[in-house]
Amino acid sequence: MKFNEWNGFVEGLWTEEIDVRDFIQKNYTPYEGDASFLAPTSEKTNKLWEEAKKLIIEEIKKGVIDVDTETVSEINAYKPGYMDKENEVIVGFQTDAPLKRIVNPWGGIRMATQAAEAYGYKVNQEIVDIFTKYRKTHNQGVFDAYTDEMKLARKSGVITGLPDAYGRGRIIGDYRRLALYGADYLIERKQQDKKNLGGAMTEETIRLREELTEQIRALEELKKMAASYGYDVSKPAKDAKEAVQWVYFAYLAAIKQQNGAAMSLGRVSSFLDIYIERDLRNGVITEVEAQELIDQFVMKLRLARHLRTPDYNDLFAGDPTWITEAIGGMGVDGRTLVTKNSFRFLHTLVNLGPAPEPNMTVLWSTKLPENFKKFCAEMSIKTDSIQYENDDVMRPIFGDDYAIACCVSAMKVGKQMQFFGARANLAKALLYSINGGVDEKLGMQIGPKMDIPEGEYLDYEDVMKRFDAMMEWLAGVYVNTMNIIHYMHDKYAYESLQLALHDTQVERLMAFGIAGLSVAADSLSAIKYAKVKPVRVDGIAVDFEVEGDYPKYGNDDDRVDQIAVELAEKFIEKLKKHATYRNAIHTLSVLTITSNVVYGKKTGSTPDGRKKGEPFAPGANPMHGRDIQGALASLNSVAKIPYTSCMDGVSNTFSILPDALGKNLDERINNLVAIMDGYFAQNAHHLNVNVLNRETLMDAMEHPEKYPTLTIRVSGYAVNFTRLTKEQQLDVIKRTFHERV
Amino acid sequence: MLKARVHSIETMGLVDGPGIRVVVFMQGCKLRCAYCHNPDTWDLNGGFEITVDELLSKVKRYSIYFKHSGGGVTLSGGDPLLQPEFVIEFFKRCKEEGIHTTLDTSGYGIGMYDEILKYTDLVLLDVKHLDDIEHKKLTGYDRHGFFEFLDAIKRNNTKLWIRHVVVPGITDGEEHIRTLANFINTIPNVEKVELLPYHVHGVNKYKEMGIKYRLEGLEPLSKERLEELKNIISSELKDVPVK
Repeated sequence: MKFNEWNGFVEGLWTEEIDVRDFIQKNYTPYEGDASFLAPTSEKTNKLWEEAKKLIIEEIKKGVIDVDTETVSEINAYKPGYMDKENEVIVGFQTDAPLKRIVNPWGGIRMATQAAEAYGYKVNQEIVDIFTKYRKTHNQGVFDAYTDEMKLARKSGVITGLPDAYGRGRIIGDYRRLALYGADYLIERKQQDKKNLGGAMTEETIRLREELTEQIRALEELKKMAASYGYDVSKPAKDAKEAVQWVYFAYLAAIKQQNGAAMSLGRVSSFLDIYIERDLRNGVITEVEAQELIDQFVMKLRLARHLRTPDYNDLFAGDPTWITEAIGGMGVDGRTLVTKNSFRFLHTLVNLGPAPEPNMTVLWSTKLPENFKKFCAEMSIKTDSIQYENDDVMRPIFGDDYAIACCVSAMKVGKQMQFFGARANLAKALLYSINGGVDEKLGMQIGPKMDIPEGEYLDYEDVMKRFDAMMEWLAGVYVNTMNIIHYMHDKYAYESLQLALHDTQVERLMAFGIAGLSVAADSLSAIKYAKVKPVRVDGIAVDFEVEGDYPKYGNDDDRVDQIAVELAEKFIEKLKKHATYRNAIHTLSVLTITSNVVYGKKTGSTPDGRKKGEPFAPGANPMHGRDIQGALASLNSVAKIPYTSCMDGVSNTFSILPDALGKNLDERINNLVAIMDGYFAQNAHHLNVNVLNRETLMDAMEHPEKYPTLTIRVSGYAVNFTRLTKEQQLDVIKRTFHERV
Repeated sequence: MLKARVHSIETMGLVDGPGIRVVVFMQGCKLRCAYCHNPDTWDLNGGFEITVDELLSKVKRYSIYFKHSGGGVTLSGGDPLLQPEFVIEFFKRCKEEGIHTTLDTSGYGIGMYDEILKYTDLVLLDVKHLDDIEHKKLTGYDRHGFFEFLDAIKRNNTKLWIRHVVVPGITDGEEHIRTLANFINTIPNVEKVELLPYHVHGVNKYKEMGIKYRLEGLEPLSKERLEELKNIISSELKDVPVK
């Protein structure tokens, strides 16, 4: 063995080169048993969690606990921090104190200062000067290159949520590599890659050589950071405690350096199980200690924070970090990737109580062990903190060592990264095709100039033709805007630590998105099957009169569901016509988290009868109250949106009151398992499961202080309900509850 | 083509029979139970029309959920027994497709019971009251019709779940619940007994329809009381689980 730390492991390809998947496959122990082995919290964990809860409650009252306004974010910019050193089994905070937030100016200095000011803090003037006068940020780079057309599309919100003023995120470092190989070996391999990168110095090669140097530097910094806590991560982790600590250090370095929109964890639980199994076998640790490691790791993840403007939090709901951990799934060889540690991770929801972070994401397969399925369902019913994604549709594309960034974005860990790209508002684009390219809110020409459809009523074929042309235009602006953004992000806010934990030749995905799919589909259905008369003021349709009924998305009715399918398929095809920066692969999502509220606000009345300003449905969900045939019809409609066209995810949120799910816990568990098996067997992609009751939610609105960790699932993500704005809370409550009366 | 009048379809019914079920609420009911939460299904001419083929093709869309849960289709209402030809034809076709069929009824129909039960896997039979006078007060009918249907069930050996709505001050007495248990013990093929707590979700419908609600102001049955009564009936029943 190359390293003593590997004693007891089965050798393979992974011992010759960096190959974490091979290590897992050769060494992991699939677990098909039940949850009876699980242990409660340890004494240390209890003490620590009490401290942490006090801080979290204080933070809810104050907004933020503290901001380090004197320091520029860097892996080693902060002294080590502790909460209660004696009881901390896993150590490390972003700054020198828990919940104290970092100022990260690299994405954009304005966003950083505004965020600090919103909470009553002022960023050191010297820092502001440096990042205004001397050091360009990502944000400035992007605006230096934007065209007028791009700025207009952004202003009107037909393309929206673009990561042009903040960190793009959605990159998952393979944090496991640090534990398995140690930093020195990783550095050695990167140096080798750099050495091999000679020949003609094209722009591409120069860039990669510079990036590799940055990566190596970041790994050195990581070593220093760990050393400040008294650990030497130059070598591999020697036991379970070190493995957890190493993985966390690698992640911690990433969130010190970057404040990306989603800083996901990857797929670490079954990897760590191998170390825990080895220690259990050797009598080094007990089950209580194994659970203690995971509880304390998860606790640290729950205390990760980024400094963001209140606007940003409005858009994404709550104060999210999207520390997504992908759990379970099946291997390509047919063995399950569920291990005892999959259970331990989910068990933190009981030991520490429900919470939105880390974002527990179960990779569901109809072939998962029945015991695990039931355990997940039980956790969903009890804690409401799990989202589910279909391993059976992702595995054939991404293999069996992919993880999820943010909510629904699959990528091969350490081998693929994503250029995150927010979303295009298709409902607005449809209005543009009815209004000759003029924005219905701004009254400005945003899209290409077209004539206004003639006649009193809208004609389906005619509108479709115009809409097609409008989407064609939108796709072009969208791809090119993204190209600029990611060129500049690579240049001015490069994620050197996270990319150091990727293969040097990384595959890139460029993730586009659709907002307002159900509004657009229902609007087109209304035009096709009912009679829709635009009410025009100065040529702009400010409202629509709908005569007669029409099929609505969400009732398993192909007449309209196929319109939604067609829109998704068309849009990705149009996007693919445009070349991407660094030859990234085009992907598409139907995912809007809670930003559906904001997008709705920015969009005028639509032909489906939705009034201006009213929220869109989240993700691929049907519009509120229009899915009148019950939840399965609604699920079936969403299941039709093809994952092959929407490889960046199709998000669906499902809320149900416990009483409607069955008459006792056993029935509820069995029913929930069957719902997911049935839904996912149809190749659906994603499901948020909210098992909740209206009273709890209403009470939480009145008394937020009573529910510091009340969790509900909103389109792709679990949020603290009390951190939603009033508007978002109302939207959640209004959303269809599938309660049979 | 045979058509039914249907009030609505709930594709994810999890509390009306085993597993995940598509529940079809049919129009028409003879009874006028004081606590009825579906007065909008009373009118046999209300709702919308649907053919056997249309309904079957809708229901078949959920076969995958039935398969994973041991579910199927439940005809409820209203009382499906008021549209017997449709029930027979629809259930017959369901059986051809291998779909489990459940009939949710109070037992007050217009005959053809043997033919209906031939294609019915399970009956959810609602027992309104055990006292003739009280029964008439509560529903408008005496118990004769109920026994007629119960005889048919016995004759056909159909599997049976007994349901009973527990209304505060009307059917929530301990003695009443014991009598109910004794009665159930005389019926063969009872697989399960469900005590359903009185709730007020239906009251609004009365307001909208402009009908007087007879139990105005009556509070829903508490969860605690329901649990007590479940314990009592469990101890009296012979080998029948209570839900």
